[in-house]
Amino acid sequence: MKFLTTNFVKCAVKGCQSSTESFPLKYSDCQLVQEEQEYNPEFLVHMLERLDWNAVIQVARDLGNDSLPPTKPDSLDPIMEEDQAVLKDLHTLLVETQIVEGRMTCNNCQHVYHIKNSIPNFLLPPHLC
Amino acid sequence: MKNYLIYFAQSYPNFRRPELESLANLNNFSFDLSHHDESKPFIVVQLENDDQAKKIMDRSILSRGIYELWGQGSNYDELHANIKATSQDKFEVYKKSSFKFDFIGYKGSKSREERVEIIQNFKYLAFEGGVRLKNPDEVFTVLEEYSVSGMEKATTPRNIWFGRQVQLSSRTENVLDKYDLRRRKYIGTTSFDAELSLVTCNIGQVGPGKVCYDPFTGTGSFLVASANFGALPIGSDIDVRMLRGKGKNCNIQANFKQYGTSTQFLDVLTMDFTNNAFRKDFVIDSIVCDPPYGVREGLKVCGAKHPEKAEGRENIVIEGEKAHLRRDFIQPKKPYELSDLLDDLLFFAGERLPIGGRLAFWMPTANDDFQVNLIPQHEQLELLYNLEQEFNKWSRRLLVYVKRDETYKGKTTNGLKSQNIANFRDRYFNGFNDQSK
Repeated sequence: MKFLTTNFVKCAVKGCQSSTESFPLKYSDCQLVQEEQEYNPEFLVHMLERLDWNAVIQVARDLGNDSLPPTKPDSLDPIMEEDQAVLKDLHTLLVETQIVEGRMTCNNCQHVYHIKNSIPNFLLPPHLC
Repeated sequence: MKNYLIYFAQSYPNFRRPELESLANLNNFSFDLSHHDESKPFIVVQLENDDQAKKIMDRSILSRGIYELWGQGSNYDELHANIKATSQDKFEVYKKSSFKFDFIGYKGSKSREERVEIIQNFKYLAFEGGVRLKNPDEVFTVLEEYSVSGMEKATTPRNIWFGRQVQLSSRTENVLDKYDLRRRKYIGTTSFDAELSLVTCNIGQVGPGKVCYDPFTGTGSFLVASANFGALPIGSDIDVRMLRGKGKNCNIQANFKQYGTSTQFLDVLTMDFTNNAFRKDFVIDSIVCDPPYGVREGLKVCGAKHPEKAEGRENIVIEGEKAHLRRDFIQPKKPYELSDLLDDLLFFAGERLPIGGRLAFWMPTANDDFQVNLIPQHEQLELLYNLEQEFNKWSRRLLVYVKRDETYKGKTTNGLKSQNIANFRDRYFNGFNDQSK
């Protein structure tokens, strides 16, 4: 599971749909791996538009990274040198950081999901379906 | 407007028009294809310029190429007369360009000697740029259509066109070979064939920088097809085994690596589509999929098959931890109806797609009881295409919908459910006999 993907997923339980607490999930006991990926600035620019930056900060903090800027870097231009540095950092964080194992907990209903072999599992037990 | 000639492949002729219309629409223009005859591989269309021609052709799977039309005739005399009468102004434009001649024959061809002779007869074009067989500035193409009756080989064409090659299709550039399942690193029993998965992505208008979601990913056939057109694919499946693959060099990631599109790949998640974990405001631009209709895999979602037996299981504790919260807990699955799943799919698309975003999916139907009202509808989605691929006793249909704004008032219906159509899988395995209805 890419760090990026944590920004797209919330609790799957129907009762949590409207709760603001169900996103982002709380990440704990995570095992991270840096997986080298080719740098694709256009991809990051497209993705930035779709990111909930507060959630990025929150999940990064869960994973022990407190160094993110408080506001979303915007109108980045892959041609500008200073923007390059920001994009490369984002690439390292969003694309290359893989969560191989870990727990994702819903802050609303406290249900626990697991990440196993890099794939997050959102299947629900019968009483939550 | 200028005349262009499109040369189609002889493959899924009923999908040709939707594919090209969708590609034009994706590039914010439209053109008329209403005179398309599915039995013929050639059609003359009107477009603004070469740029439009390139835009509909470079991604096309069901076409071979597009040519600026310089003339046509039912024999060579007519052809030359037509060129001289209508295209004199073009001779000058390409006077200094290097060039070569190319020949395309449908159901017939000319020998080398005959071709040389034909080329000689084009002398009046008076090109001065010189012939260059490798990387010429322009390729001029003679396209011939023969008609064959019986076993006899046709020797004279029935129609001839002459034009300047503007763009060859991705099919002609061998994209089908590249995505051929036989050479793909990771495939499974449910992998979708390369040609139709690429066509589905074209009609579904997946595009560069756009997120494309396949909720029934399997081995990721639609994900790699969408990435071929620049999309950013994300997939989910209820079966983690498919997503995991069979090791480092035989999984979905390996396929992306094989095709050189790894940098576009988002992720895959284990998810029951009916209990979806994507946050509501995560923008999904298009949804492309082949729902599990249960011929190969029985259709299942999360839940207990016998709820009364499962009651109270949420209180089971193992080693001080709730059993259903443990890492190794296996979520039980229950059978589910296709009609319900399609309802869920349309509802999801109606809710999540942006205005103008498309949903494209395949639906199986038995040929003896198919009626158009079996196609599910949703009030926010307009059905654009219902394209049939026919097998012996059943068909599958590519259904393509577009999300409309609030001024569009459609009707939500589900013919499968209201007419109580039996499970497609049961009918399939009973050979579509009457008792199985």
